[in-house]
Amino acid sequence: MLRFLAGRLLALALTLLAAAALIFLVLEVLPGDPAALILGVNARPDTLATLHHQLGLDRPAALRFPLWIFGLLRGDFGESYTYHAPVAGLIADRVMVSLPLALLALALSTTLAIPVGVFAAARRRRIGDTLAMAVAQLGVAVPNFWLGLLLILLFAVKLAWLPASGFGGWSGGIWHGLRSLILPALALALPQAAILARVTRSAVLETLGEDYLRTALAKGLSRNAALWRHAVPNALIPVFTILGLQFSFLLAGTIIIENVFTLPGLGRLIFQAIAGRDLIVVQDLVVLLAGSVIVVNFAVDIAYVLVDPRLRQSGPR
Amino acid sequence: MKTLARLGPAMVVGGAISAALFGMALVSLVWTPYAPSAIDIAHRLASPSATHWLGTDPLGRDVFSMLMAGARNSLAVAVLAVVIGMGVGVPLGLFAAARGGIIDDFLMRAADLVFSFPALLTAVVITALAGPGARNAMLAIGIFNVPVFARLTRGTARAVGARGFVIAAKVFGRGDLAISRAHILPNIAAPLVVQASIQFALAILAEAGLSYVGLGTQPPAPSWGRMLNDAQTYIFAAPRLAIFPGLAIMLAVLGLNLLGDGLRDWLDPRLQRPPADPAP
Repeated sequence: MLRFLAGRLLALALTLLAAAALIFLVLEVLPGDPAALILGVNARPDTLATLHHQLGLDRPAALRFPLWIFGLLRGDFGESYTYHAPVAGLIADRVMVSLPLALLALALSTTLAIPVGVFAAARRRRIGDTLAMAVAQLGVAVPNFWLGLLLILLFAVKLAWLPASGFGGWSGGIWHGLRSLILPALALALPQAAILARVTRSAVLETLGEDYLRTALAKGLSRNAALWRHAVPNALIPVFTILGLQFSFLLAGTIIIENVFTLPGLGRLIFQAIAGRDLIVVQDLVVLLAGSVIVVNFAVDIAYVLVDPRLRQSGPR
Repeated sequence: MKTLARLGPAMVVGGAISAALFGMALVSLVWTPYAPSAIDIAHRLASPSATHWLGTDPLGRDVFSMLMAGARNSLAVAVLAVVIGMGVGVPLGLFAAARGGIIDDFLMRAADLVFSFPALLTAVVITALAGPGARNAMLAIGIFNVPVFARLTRGTARAVGARGFVIAAKVFGRGDLAISRAHILPNIAAPLVVQASIQFALAILAEAGLSYVGLGTQPPAPSWGRMLNDAQTYIFAAPRLAIFPGLAIMLAVLGLNLLGDGLRDWLDPRLQRPPADPAP
Protein backbone atom coordinates (compact mmCIF):
# COMPACT_ATOMS: atom_id res chain seq x y z
CA MET A 1 0.00 0.00 0.00
CA LEU A 2 2.75 2.43 0.96
CA ARG A 3 4.73 1.58 -2.15
CA PHE A 4 1.64 2.07 -4.22
CA LEU A 5 1.02 5.48 -2.66
CA ALA A 6 4.63 6.55 -3.18
CA GLY A 7 4.43 5.55 -6.84
CA ARG A 8 1.20 7.47 -7.31
CA LEU A 9 2.64 10.53 -5.58
CA LEU A 10 5.66 10.48 -7.89
CA ALA A 11 3.36 10.22 -10.90
CA LEU A 12 1.34 13.13 -9.50
CA ALA A 13 4.44 15.31 -9.15
CA LEU A 14 5.54 14.47 -12.69
CA THR A 15 2.08 15.23 -14.08
CA LEU A 16 2.02 18.59 -12.33
CA LEU A 17 5.46 19.42 -13.70
CA ALA A 18 4.45 18.37 -17.20
CA ALA A 19 1.30 20.50 -16.96
CA ALA A 20 3.34 23.51 -15.87
CA ALA A 21 5.79 22.93 -18.73
CA LEU A 22 2.93 22.71 -21.21
CA ILE A 23 1.43 26.01 -20.04
CA PHE A 24 4.80 27.70 -20.13
CA LEU A 25 5.43 26.40 -23.63
CA VAL A 26 2.03 27.44 -24.97
CA LEU A 27 2.42 30.97 -23.59
CA GLU A 28 5.93 31.13 -25.09
CA VAL A 29 4.70 30.04 -28.50
CA LEU A 30 1.61 32.24 -28.69
CA PRO A 31 2.34 35.39 -30.67
CA GLY A 32 2.74 38.80 -29.11
CA ASP A 33 5.52 40.37 -27.07
CA PRO A 34 3.88 41.40 -23.77
CA ALA A 35 6.20 44.36 -23.34
CA ALA A 36 5.38 45.66 -26.82
CA LEU A 37 1.65 45.20 -26.15
CA ILE A 38 1.85 47.00 -22.82
CA LEU A 39 3.77 49.97 -24.21
CA GLY A 40 2.01 50.24 -27.57
CA VAL A 41 3.40 50.56 -31.08
CA ASN A 42 5.24 53.84 -30.52
CA ALA A 43 7.45 52.59 -27.68
CA ARG A 44 11.10 53.61 -27.84
CA PRO A 45 13.54 50.71 -28.05
CA ASP A 46 15.23 51.63 -24.75
CA THR A 47 11.95 51.77 -22.77
CA LEU A 48 11.06 48.46 -24.36
CA ALA A 49 14.38 47.00 -23.24
CA THR A 50 13.89 48.33 -19.71
CA LEU A 51 10.44 46.76 -19.49
CA HIS A 52 11.81 43.51 -20.88
CA HIS A 53 14.32 43.55 -18.07
CA GLN A 54 11.65 44.37 -15.47
CA LEU A 55 9.47 41.53 -16.69
CA GLY A 56 12.46 39.23 -16.76
CA LEU A 57 11.91 38.61 -20.45
CA ASP A 58 15.54 39.34 -21.31
CA ARG A 59 16.49 36.03 -19.75
CA PRO A 60 16.26 32.86 -21.83
CA ALA A 61 13.14 30.71 -21.48
CA ALA A 62 15.27 27.77 -20.34
CA LEU A 63 16.19 29.81 -17.27
CA ARG A 64 12.80 31.43 -16.68
CA PHE A 65 10.97 28.12 -16.49
CA PRO A 66 12.94 26.62 -13.58
CA LEU A 67 12.94 29.99 -11.81
CA TRP A 68 9.15 30.11 -12.12
CA ILE A 69 8.74 26.52 -10.89
CA PHE A 70 11.01 27.01 -7.87
CA GLY A 71 9.19 30.23 -7.11
CA LEU A 72 5.85 28.40 -7.17
CA LEU A 73 7.22 25.75 -4.83
CA ARG A 74 8.23 28.45 -2.37
CA GLY A 75 4.81 30.10 -2.69
CA ASP A 76 6.30 32.98 -4.70
CA PHE A 77 3.99 33.42 -7.67
CA GLY A 78 5.84 36.41 -9.03
CA GLU A 79 4.82 40.03 -9.27
CA SER A 80 1.92 41.28 -11.38
CA TYR A 81 2.89 44.01 -13.78
CA THR A 82 -0.54 45.62 -14.02
CA TYR A 83 -1.43 45.46 -10.32
CA HIS A 84 2.09 46.12 -8.99
CA ALA A 85 1.41 43.46 -6.38
CA PRO A 86 2.45 39.88 -5.66
CA VAL A 87 0.33 37.47 -7.69
CA ALA A 88 -0.14 35.20 -4.67
CA GLY A 89 -2.02 37.96 -2.88
CA LEU A 90 -4.19 38.74 -5.91
CA ILE A 91 -5.11 35.09 -6.23
CA ALA A 92 -5.76 34.70 -2.51
CA ASP A 93 -8.31 37.55 -2.61
CA ARG A 94 -10.19 36.08 -5.56
CA VAL A 95 -10.12 32.51 -4.32
CA MET A 96 -12.42 33.70 -1.56
CA VAL A 97 -15.07 34.18 -4.24
CA SER A 98 -14.37 31.41 -6.74
CA LEU A 99 -13.77 28.54 -4.34
CA PRO A 100 -16.96 29.04 -2.29
CA LEU A 101 -18.81 29.40 -5.59
CA ALA A 102 -17.43 26.14 -7.01
CA LEU A 103 -17.97 24.28 -3.73
CA LEU A 104 -21.51 25.57 -3.35
CA ALA A 105 -22.24 24.49 -6.93
CA LEU A 106 -20.71 21.07 -6.30
CA ALA A 107 -22.77 20.63 -3.13
CA LEU A 108 -25.99 21.73 -4.85
CA SER A 109 -25.39 19.49 -7.84
CA THR A 110 -24.59 16.43 -5.71
CA THR A 111 -27.47 16.76 -3.28
CA LEU A 112 -29.86 17.19 -6.17
CA ALA A 113 -28.47 14.64 -8.60
CA ILE A 114 -27.84 11.56 -6.48
CA PRO A 115 -31.37 11.23 -5.02
CA VAL A 116 -32.90 11.92 -8.44
CA GLY A 117 -30.62 9.36 -10.10
CA VAL A 118 -31.37 6.68 -7.50
CA PHE A 119 -35.07 7.43 -7.66
CA ALA A 120 -35.08 7.18 -11.46
CA ALA A 121 -33.18 3.88 -11.38
CA ALA A 122 -35.53 2.42 -8.79
CA ARG A 123 -38.57 3.26 -10.91
CA ARG A 124 -37.02 2.42 -14.22
CA ARG A 125 -39.26 2.88 -17.25
CA ARG A 126 -42.05 4.29 -15.14
CA ILE A 127 -43.40 7.78 -15.38
CA GLY A 128 -41.14 9.24 -12.65
CA ASP A 129 -38.04 7.90 -14.37
CA THR A 130 -39.10 9.10 -17.80
CA LEU A 131 -39.89 12.57 -16.51
CA ALA A 132 -36.68 12.88 -14.50
CA MET A 133 -34.58 11.75 -17.42
CA ALA A 134 -36.37 14.07 -19.86
CA VAL A 135 -35.59 16.99 -17.55
CA ALA A 136 -31.99 15.78 -17.26
CA GLN A 137 -31.72 15.54 -21.05
CA LEU A 138 -32.82 19.18 -21.25
CA GLY A 139 -30.51 20.18 -18.41
CA VAL A 140 -27.47 18.76 -20.18
CA ALA A 141 -28.25 20.96 -23.18
CA VAL A 142 -28.61 24.25 -21.30
CA PRO A 143 -25.56 26.54 -21.45
CA ASN A 144 -24.82 27.59 -17.87
CA PHE A 145 -24.34 31.25 -18.76
CA TRP A 146 -27.81 31.34 -20.33
CA LEU A 147 -29.26 29.67 -17.27
CA GLY A 148 -27.52 32.43 -15.30
CA LEU A 149 -29.33 35.05 -17.38
CA LEU A 150 -32.67 33.29 -16.89
CA LEU A 151 -32.08 33.12 -13.13
CA ILE A 152 -31.27 36.84 -13.12
CA LEU A 153 -34.49 37.47 -15.04
CA LEU A 154 -36.58 35.48 -12.57
CA PHE A 155 -35.00 36.06 -9.16
CA ALA A 156 -33.41 39.48 -9.61
CA VAL A 157 -35.58 41.29 -12.17
CA LYS A 158 -39.06 39.83 -11.57
CA LEU A 159 -38.97 38.79 -7.92
CA ALA A 160 -36.10 41.03 -6.71
CA TRP A 161 -35.10 38.40 -4.12
CA LEU A 162 -31.42 38.22 -4.91
CA PRO A 163 -28.88 40.60 -6.46
CA ALA A 164 -28.43 40.46 -10.26
CA SER A 165 -24.70 41.02 -10.10
CA GLY A 166 -21.78 42.02 -7.96
CA PHE A 167 -20.45 40.58 -4.74
CA GLY A 168 -21.17 41.90 -1.26
CA GLY A 169 -18.00 40.54 0.31
CA TRP A 170 -17.64 38.37 3.38
CA SER A 171 -17.00 41.19 5.84
CA GLY A 172 -20.72 41.81 6.32
CA GLY A 173 -21.35 38.25 7.48
CA ILE A 174 -21.78 34.89 5.77
CA TRP A 175 -25.23 35.61 4.37
CA HIS A 176 -24.06 38.92 2.94
CA GLY A 177 -21.50 37.13 0.78
CA LEU A 178 -23.51 34.00 0.18
CA ARG A 179 -26.57 35.70 -1.28
CA SER A 180 -24.51 36.97 -4.21
CA LEU A 181 -23.30 33.43 -4.87
CA ILE A 182 -26.62 31.58 -4.83
CA LEU A 183 -27.74 32.39 -8.38
CA PRO A 184 -24.32 31.81 -9.99
CA ALA A 185 -23.94 28.55 -8.06
CA LEU A 186 -27.36 27.39 -9.26
CA ALA A 187 -26.48 28.30 -12.84
CA LEU A 188 -23.32 26.22 -12.55
CA ALA A 189 -24.88 23.37 -10.62
CA LEU A 190 -28.04 22.55 -12.55
CA PRO A 191 -26.45 21.45 -15.86
CA GLN A 192 -23.87 19.46 -13.91
CA ALA A 193 -26.62 17.91 -11.79
CA ALA A 194 -28.35 16.77 -14.99
CA ILE A 195 -25.22 14.89 -16.07
CA LEU A 196 -24.63 13.48 -12.60
CA ALA A 197 -28.23 12.28 -12.26
CA ARG A 198 -27.91 10.35 -15.53
CA VAL A 199 -24.63 8.77 -14.43
CA THR A 200 -26.08 7.87 -11.03
CA ARG A 201 -29.11 6.29 -12.64
CA SER A 202 -27.11 4.12 -15.01
CA ALA A 203 -24.62 3.16 -12.29
CA VAL A 204 -27.43 2.08 -9.97
CA LEU A 205 -29.14 0.21 -12.81
CA GLU A 206 -25.87 -1.60 -13.43
CA THR A 207 -25.59 -2.75 -9.79
CA LEU A 208 -29.29 -3.67 -9.69
CA GLY A 209 -28.47 -6.38 -12.24
CA GLU A 210 -25.65 -7.90 -10.15
CA ASP A 211 -25.81 -11.35 -8.58
CA TYR A 212 -25.25 -10.10 -5.04
CA LEU A 213 -28.37 -8.01 -5.33
CA ARG A 214 -30.43 -10.99 -6.42
CA THR A 215 -28.96 -12.88 -3.47
CA ALA A 216 -29.91 -10.08 -1.11
CA LEU A 217 -33.46 -10.06 -2.45
CA ALA A 218 -33.64 -13.86 -2.32
CA LYS A 219 -32.61 -13.77 1.33
CA GLY A 220 -35.69 -11.69 1.95
CA LEU A 221 -34.32 -8.15 2.06
CA SER A 222 -36.92 -5.58 1.08
CA ARG A 223 -36.49 -3.83 -2.26
CA ASN A 224 -35.70 -0.54 -0.58
CA ALA A 225 -33.18 -2.00 1.83
CA ALA A 226 -31.45 -3.84 -1.01
CA LEU A 227 -31.38 -0.63 -3.02
CA TRP A 228 -29.87 1.58 -0.33
CA ARG A 229 -27.65 -0.95 1.43
CA HIS A 230 -26.25 -2.80 -1.59
CA ALA A 231 -26.99 -1.17 -4.92
CA VAL A 232 -26.32 2.48 -4.09
CA PRO A 233 -22.97 2.12 -2.24
CA ASN A 234 -21.61 -0.02 -5.06
CA ALA A 235 -22.86 2.44 -7.65
CA LEU A 236 -21.03 5.36 -6.09
CA ILE A 237 -17.65 4.59 -7.68
CA PRO A 238 -18.51 5.79 -11.18
CA VAL A 239 -20.44 8.63 -9.58
CA PHE A 240 -17.31 9.80 -7.77
CA THR A 241 -15.26 9.61 -10.96
CA ILE A 242 -17.72 11.96 -12.61
CA LEU A 243 -17.71 14.20 -9.55
CA GLY A 244 -13.94 14.50 -9.87
CA LEU A 245 -14.27 15.37 -13.53
CA GLN A 246 -17.05 17.82 -12.78
CA PHE A 247 -14.74 19.76 -10.53
CA SER A 248 -12.83 20.68 -13.67
CA PHE A 249 -16.03 21.77 -15.43
CA LEU A 250 -17.06 23.82 -12.42
CA LEU A 251 -13.72 25.60 -12.26
CA ALA A 252 -13.84 26.43 -15.96
CA GLY A 253 -17.52 27.30 -15.57
CA THR A 254 -16.81 29.86 -12.86
CA ILE A 255 -14.69 31.74 -15.41
CA ILE A 256 -17.72 32.36 -17.62
CA ILE A 257 -20.30 32.60 -14.84
CA GLU A 258 -18.29 35.22 -12.97
CA ASN A 259 -18.62 37.30 -16.12
CA VAL A 260 -22.38 36.88 -16.16
CA PHE A 261 -22.74 37.97 -12.54
CA THR A 262 -19.72 40.33 -12.46
CA LEU A 263 -18.21 38.52 -9.50
CA PRO A 264 -14.65 39.49 -8.55
CA GLY A 265 -13.24 35.96 -8.70
CA LEU A 266 -10.45 34.12 -10.46
CA GLY A 267 -12.34 34.27 -13.75
CA ARG A 268 -12.49 38.05 -13.71
CA LEU A 269 -8.84 38.18 -12.74
CA ILE A 270 -7.83 36.02 -15.66
CA PHE A 271 -9.76 38.18 -18.12
CA GLN A 272 -8.24 41.36 -16.71
CA ALA A 273 -4.79 39.81 -16.78
CA ILE A 274 -5.21 38.72 -20.38
CA ALA A 275 -6.45 42.17 -21.38
CA GLY A 276 -3.39 43.76 -19.74
CA ARG A 277 -1.08 41.05 -21.13
CA ASP A 278 -0.05 40.34 -17.55
CA LEU A 279 1.27 36.94 -18.56
CA ILE A 280 2.69 35.90 -15.21
CA VAL A 281 -0.80 36.16 -13.71
CA VAL A 282 -2.31 34.15 -16.58
CA GLN A 283 0.43 31.54 -16.28
CA ASP A 284 0.00 31.22 -12.50
CA LEU A 285 -3.79 31.02 -12.72
CA VAL A 286 -3.84 28.35 -15.41
CA VAL A 287 -1.27 26.23 -13.58
CA LEU A 288 -3.20 26.65 -10.37
CA LEU A 289 -6.51 25.61 -11.93
CA ALA A 290 -5.03 22.74 -13.93
CA GLY A 291 -3.05 21.71 -10.86
CA SER A 292 -6.15 21.60 -8.69
CA VAL A 293 -7.91 19.45 -11.30
CA ILE A 294 -4.97 17.04 -11.33
CA VAL A 295 -4.85 16.91 -7.53
CA VAL A 296 -8.61 16.38 -7.21
CA ASN A 297 -8.57 13.52 -9.72
CA PHE A 298 -5.58 12.04 -7.91
CA ALA A 299 -7.49 12.23 -4.64
CA VAL A 300 -10.49 10.53 -6.25
CA ASP A 301 -8.25 7.73 -7.53
CA ILE A 302 -6.74 7.21 -4.09
CA ALA A 303 -10.16 7.35 -2.47
CA TYR A 304 -11.30 4.47 -4.68
CA VAL A 305 -8.49 2.28 -3.50
CA LEU A 306 -9.28 3.11 0.09
CA VAL A 307 -12.99 2.43 -0.43
CA ASP A 308 -12.75 -0.56 -2.71
CA PRO A 309 -10.15 -3.16 -1.72
CA ARG A 310 -10.64 -4.96 -5.04
CA LEU A 311 -8.73 -2.18 -6.80
CA ARG A 312 -5.69 -2.61 -4.57
CA GLN A 313 -4.45 -5.83 -6.14
CA SER A 314 -4.67 -4.63 -9.69
CA GLY A 315 -2.69 -1.51 -8.80
CA PRO A 316 -2.86 1.67 -10.82
CA ARG A 317 -4.85 1.44 -13.99
CA MET B 1 -41.65 1.49 -41.68
CA LYS B 2 -40.27 -1.21 -39.46
CA THR B 3 -36.80 0.32 -39.72
CA LEU B 4 -38.13 3.76 -38.78
CA ALA B 5 -39.77 2.32 -35.69
CA ARG B 6 -36.56 0.53 -34.77
CA LEU B 7 -34.66 3.81 -34.93
CA GLY B 8 -36.35 4.80 -31.69
CA PRO B 9 -37.82 8.12 -30.57
CA ALA B 10 -34.47 9.67 -29.57
CA MET B 11 -33.09 9.16 -33.05
CA VAL B 12 -36.22 10.46 -34.77
CA VAL B 13 -36.58 13.58 -32.60
CA GLY B 14 -32.85 14.24 -32.46
CA GLY B 15 -32.49 13.69 -36.18
CA ALA B 16 -35.38 16.05 -36.90
CA ILE B 17 -33.98 18.83 -34.69
CA SER B 18 -30.49 18.39 -36.14
CA ALA B 19 -31.84 18.39 -39.69
CA ALA B 20 -33.83 21.56 -38.97
CA LEU B 21 -30.70 23.17 -37.54
CA PHE B 22 -28.58 22.32 -40.56
CA GLY B 23 -31.44 23.32 -42.85
CA MET B 24 -31.70 26.71 -41.16
CA ALA B 25 -27.94 27.24 -41.45
CA LEU B 26 -27.96 26.27 -45.13
CA VAL B 27 -30.98 28.42 -45.99
CA SER B 28 -29.32 31.37 -44.25
CA LEU B 29 -26.60 31.21 -46.89
CA VAL B 30 -29.05 32.25 -49.57
CA TRP B 31 -31.99 33.75 -47.71
CA THR B 32 -32.85 35.39 -44.39
CA PRO B 33 -35.99 37.49 -43.83
CA TYR B 34 -33.74 40.58 -43.41
CA ALA B 35 -30.00 41.04 -43.81
CA PRO B 36 -28.79 39.83 -40.39
CA SER B 37 -26.58 42.86 -39.81
CA ALA B 38 -28.92 45.49 -41.34
CA ILE B 39 -29.37 48.24 -38.77
CA ASP B 40 -32.80 49.89 -38.60
CA ILE B 41 -32.88 52.29 -35.66
CA ALA B 42 -36.46 53.39 -36.44
CA HIS B 43 -37.69 49.88 -35.54
CA ARG B 44 -35.38 49.12 -32.66
CA LEU B 45 -36.51 46.78 -29.87
CA ALA B 46 -39.70 45.94 -31.77
CA SER B 47 -41.82 43.16 -30.28
CA PRO B 48 -42.39 39.95 -32.24
CA SER B 49 -44.87 40.59 -35.06
CA ALA B 50 -45.71 39.49 -38.59
CA THR B 51 -42.95 41.68 -40.01
CA HIS B 52 -40.31 40.73 -37.45
CA TRP B 53 -41.11 37.19 -36.28
CA LEU B 54 -38.96 37.36 -33.17
CA GLY B 55 -38.76 41.15 -32.93
CA THR B 56 -35.68 43.33 -33.29
CA ASP B 57 -32.65 44.09 -31.14
CA PRO B 58 -31.45 47.48 -29.80
CA LEU B 59 -30.01 48.32 -33.23
CA GLY B 60 -33.20 47.31 -35.04
CA ARG B 61 -31.66 44.13 -36.46
CA ASP B 62 -34.09 41.29 -37.09
CA VAL B 63 -33.62 38.68 -34.35
CA PHE B 64 -34.83 35.73 -36.43
CA SER B 65 -32.42 36.58 -39.26
CA MET B 66 -29.59 36.87 -36.74
CA LEU B 67 -30.50 33.49 -35.26
CA MET B 68 -30.42 31.90 -38.71
CA ALA B 69 -27.03 33.39 -39.53
CA GLY B 70 -25.85 32.52 -36.01
CA ALA B 71 -26.71 28.89 -36.62
CA ARG B 72 -24.41 28.94 -39.61
CA ASN B 73 -21.49 30.36 -37.62
CA SER B 74 -22.07 28.07 -34.67
CA LEU B 75 -22.26 24.98 -36.86
CA ALA B 76 -19.24 25.96 -38.94
CA VAL B 77 -17.07 26.34 -35.84
CA ALA B 78 -18.42 23.14 -34.27
CA VAL B 79 -18.08 21.04 -37.44
CA LEU B 80 -14.49 22.13 -37.97
CA ALA B 81 -13.62 21.63 -34.30
CA VAL B 82 -14.86 18.03 -34.53
CA VAL B 83 -13.07 17.54 -37.86
CA ILE B 84 -9.81 18.70 -36.24
CA GLY B 85 -10.40 16.38 -33.29
CA MET B 86 -11.13 13.37 -35.49
CA GLY B 87 -8.55 14.22 -38.13
CA VAL B 88 -5.74 14.25 -35.61
CA GLY B 89 -7.14 12.04 -32.86
CA VAL B 90 -8.24 9.02 -34.89
CA PRO B 91 -4.88 8.48 -36.67
CA LEU B 92 -3.06 8.99 -33.36
CA GLY B 93 -5.32 6.45 -31.66
CA LEU B 94 -4.88 3.93 -34.48
CA PHE B 95 -1.13 4.45 -34.37
CA ALA B 96 -1.01 3.98 -30.59
CA ALA B 97 -3.11 0.82 -30.82
CA ALA B 98 -1.06 -0.63 -33.68
CA ARG B 99 2.34 0.03 -32.14
CA GLY B 100 1.58 -0.40 -28.46
CA GLY B 101 4.48 -0.29 -26.01
CA ILE B 102 6.22 2.94 -25.25
CA ILE B 103 4.58 4.95 -28.08
CA ASP B 104 1.17 3.93 -26.81
CA ASP B 105 2.10 4.83 -23.22
CA PHE B 106 3.48 8.19 -24.26
CA LEU B 107 0.47 9.15 -26.37
CA MET B 108 -2.03 8.15 -23.71
CA ARG B 109 -0.12 10.03 -20.97
CA ALA B 110 -0.15 13.07 -23.24
CA ALA B 111 -3.90 12.68 -23.68
CA ASP B 112 -4.31 12.49 -19.88
CA LEU B 113 -2.28 15.65 -19.55
CA VAL B 114 -4.43 17.60 -22.00
CA PHE B 115 -7.52 16.31 -20.17
CA SER B 116 -6.26 17.79 -16.92
CA PHE B 117 -6.70 21.31 -18.27
CA PRO B 118 -10.21 22.67 -17.91
CA ALA B 119 -11.06 22.88 -21.61
CA LEU B 120 -13.06 26.08 -21.53
CA LEU B 121 -10.47 27.90 -19.41
CA THR B 122 -7.69 26.94 -21.79
CA ALA B 123 -9.79 27.84 -24.81
CA VAL B 124 -10.38 31.25 -23.22
CA VAL B 125 -6.65 31.77 -22.67
CA ILE B 126 -5.68 30.58 -26.16
CA THR B 127 -8.27 32.64 -28.02
CA ALA B 128 -7.66 35.71 -25.88
CA LEU B 129 -3.90 35.64 -26.44
CA ALA B 130 -3.80 34.36 -30.01
CA GLY B 131 -6.51 36.80 -31.02
CA PRO B 132 -10.29 36.46 -30.67
CA GLY B 133 -12.23 35.15 -33.64
CA ALA B 134 -14.04 32.17 -35.07
CA ARG B 135 -10.87 30.59 -36.48
CA ASN B 136 -8.97 30.55 -33.19
CA ALA B 137 -12.07 29.50 -31.28
CA MET B 138 -12.41 26.55 -33.63
CA LEU B 139 -8.76 25.60 -33.13
CA ALA B 140 -8.94 25.98 -29.35
CA ILE B 141 -12.05 23.78 -29.15
CA GLY B 142 -10.62 21.33 -31.69
CA ILE B 143 -7.45 20.77 -29.66
CA PHE B 144 -9.51 19.37 -26.81
CA ASN B 145 -11.32 17.01 -29.13
CA VAL B 146 -8.04 15.39 -30.13
CA PRO B 147 -7.44 13.38 -26.93
CA VAL B 148 -11.12 12.42 -26.79
CA PHE B 149 -10.96 10.75 -30.19
CA ALA B 150 -7.42 9.44 -29.69
CA ARG B 151 -8.43 7.61 -26.51
CA LEU B 152 -11.66 6.25 -27.91
CA THR B 153 -9.98 5.10 -31.13
CA ARG B 154 -7.13 3.46 -29.26
CA GLY B 155 -9.42 1.63 -26.85
CA THR B 156 -11.83 0.32 -29.47
CA ALA B 157 -9.05 -0.41 -31.97
CA ARG B 158 -7.23 -2.57 -29.44
CA ALA B 159 -10.39 -4.54 -28.78
CA VAL B 160 -10.91 -5.11 -32.51
CA GLY B 161 -7.20 -5.81 -32.98
CA ALA B 162 -7.42 -8.86 -30.74
CA ARG B 163 -10.07 -10.46 -32.94
CA GLY B 164 -9.44 -13.33 -35.31
CA PHE B 165 -9.74 -11.56 -38.62
CA VAL B 166 -7.14 -8.95 -37.66
CA ILE B 167 -4.74 -11.62 -36.42
CA ALA B 168 -5.34 -13.52 -39.68
CA ALA B 169 -4.50 -10.38 -41.67
CA LYS B 170 -1.31 -10.01 -39.65
CA VAL B 171 -0.39 -13.63 -40.31
CA PHE B 172 -0.83 -12.96 -44.00
CA GLY B 173 1.74 -10.22 -43.67
CA ARG B 174 -0.37 -7.12 -44.13
CA GLY B 175 1.15 -3.97 -42.67
CA ASP B 176 -0.18 -1.92 -39.74
CA LEU B 177 -1.43 0.85 -41.99
CA ALA B 178 -3.33 -1.49 -44.30
CA ILE B 179 -4.84 -3.40 -41.40
CA SER B 180 -5.87 -0.20 -39.63
CA ARG B 181 -7.55 1.09 -42.75
CA ALA B 182 -9.14 -2.06 -44.09
CA HIS B 183 -10.08 -3.95 -40.92
CA ILE B 184 -9.98 -1.78 -37.83
CA LEU B 185 -11.42 1.54 -38.96
CA PRO B 186 -14.65 0.11 -40.41
CA ASN B 187 -15.20 -1.84 -37.20
CA ILE B 188 -14.77 1.12 -34.89
CA ALA B 189 -16.71 3.61 -37.02
CA ALA B 190 -19.91 3.26 -34.98
CA PRO B 191 -18.57 4.48 -31.61
CA LEU B 192 -16.64 7.21 -33.42
CA VAL B 193 -19.81 8.51 -35.08
CA VAL B 194 -21.65 8.50 -31.75
CA GLN B 195 -18.78 10.34 -30.04
CA ALA B 196 -18.66 12.83 -32.91
CA SER B 197 -22.27 13.80 -32.33
CA ILE B 198 -21.60 14.30 -28.60
CA GLN B 199 -18.44 16.36 -29.22
CA PHE B 200 -20.37 18.33 -31.78
CA ALA B 201 -22.94 19.31 -29.18
CA LEU B 202 -20.19 20.19 -26.70
CA ALA B 203 -18.43 22.29 -29.34
CA ILE B 204 -21.62 24.30 -29.91
CA LEU B 205 -21.80 24.97 -26.16
CA ALA B 206 -18.12 25.93 -26.07
CA GLU B 207 -18.41 28.23 -29.07
CA ALA B 208 -21.42 29.93 -27.52
CA GLY B 209 -19.50 30.40 -24.26
CA LEU B 210 -16.47 31.86 -26.02
CA SER B 211 -18.62 34.17 -28.13
CA TYR B 212 -20.52 35.23 -25.01
CA VAL B 213 -17.29 36.50 -23.43
CA GLY B 214 -16.34 38.14 -26.73
CA LEU B 215 -13.64 35.68 -27.81
CA GLY B 216 -15.49 33.66 -30.47
CA THR B 217 -17.20 34.84 -33.62
CA GLN B 218 -16.60 38.57 -34.02
CA PRO B 219 -19.16 41.18 -35.04
CA PRO B 220 -20.76 41.99 -37.38
CA ALA B 221 -21.08 38.21 -37.97
CA PRO B 222 -24.02 37.21 -35.75
CA SER B 223 -23.50 34.50 -33.17
CA TRP B 224 -25.75 33.05 -30.52
CA GLY B 225 -23.30 33.61 -27.68
CA ARG B 226 -22.70 37.24 -28.58
CA MET B 227 -26.45 37.85 -28.94
CA LEU B 228 -26.82 36.68 -25.34
CA ASN B 229 -24.08 39.03 -24.23
CA ASP B 230 -25.75 41.94 -26.01
CA ALA B 231 -29.09 40.94 -24.50
CA GLN B 232 -27.71 41.17 -20.98
CA THR B 233 -27.39 44.96 -21.28
CA TYR B 234 -31.12 45.13 -22.08
CA ILE B 235 -32.24 42.47 -19.64
CA PHE B 236 -34.59 44.91 -17.90
CA ALA B 237 -35.95 46.60 -21.04
CA ALA B 238 -36.23 43.61 -23.38
CA PRO B 239 -35.83 40.29 -21.54
CA ARG B 240 -37.05 38.34 -24.60
CA LEU B 241 -33.72 39.13 -26.30
CA ALA B 242 -32.08 36.86 -23.74
CA ILE B 243 -34.57 34.05 -24.37
CA PHE B 244 -34.36 33.26 -28.09
CA PRO B 245 -30.59 32.77 -28.61
CA GLY B 246 -30.42 30.59 -25.49
CA LEU B 247 -33.34 28.51 -26.73
CA ALA B 248 -31.54 28.09 -30.05
CA ILE B 249 -28.38 26.84 -28.33
CA MET B 250 -30.35 24.53 -26.07
CA LEU B 251 -32.36 23.05 -28.95
CA ALA B 252 -29.24 22.52 -31.05
CA VAL B 253 -27.41 20.76 -28.23
CA LEU B 254 -30.48 18.76 -27.26
CA GLY B 255 -31.04 17.64 -30.85
CA LEU B 256 -27.44 16.53 -31.29
CA ASN B 257 -27.38 14.74 -27.93
CA LEU B 258 -30.59 12.89 -28.75
CA LEU B 259 -29.18 12.01 -32.16
CA GLY B 260 -26.07 10.66 -30.44
CA ASP B 261 -28.16 8.59 -28.00
CA GLY B 262 -30.29 7.31 -30.84
CA LEU B 263 -27.29 6.45 -32.99
CA ARG B 264 -25.66 4.59 -30.13
CA ASP B 265 -28.74 2.48 -29.46
CA TRP B 266 -29.13 1.83 -33.14
CA LEU B 267 -25.49 1.00 -33.88
CA ASP B 268 -24.75 -0.83 -30.64
CA PRO B 269 -24.83 -4.55 -31.31
CA ARG B 270 -25.89 -5.11 -27.72
CA LEU B 271 -29.19 -3.44 -28.60
CA GLN B 272 -31.12 -6.47 -27.36
CA ARG B 273 -30.12 -5.48 -23.84
CA PRO B 274 -32.15 -2.67 -22.29
CA PRO B 275 -30.24 0.47 -23.28
CA ALA B 276 -28.00 1.72 -20.49
CA ASP B 277 -27.69 5.40 -19.88
CA PRO B 278 -24.64 7.16 -21.31
CA ALA B 279 -21.74 8.61 -19.41
CA PRO B 280 -21.34 12.31 -20.19
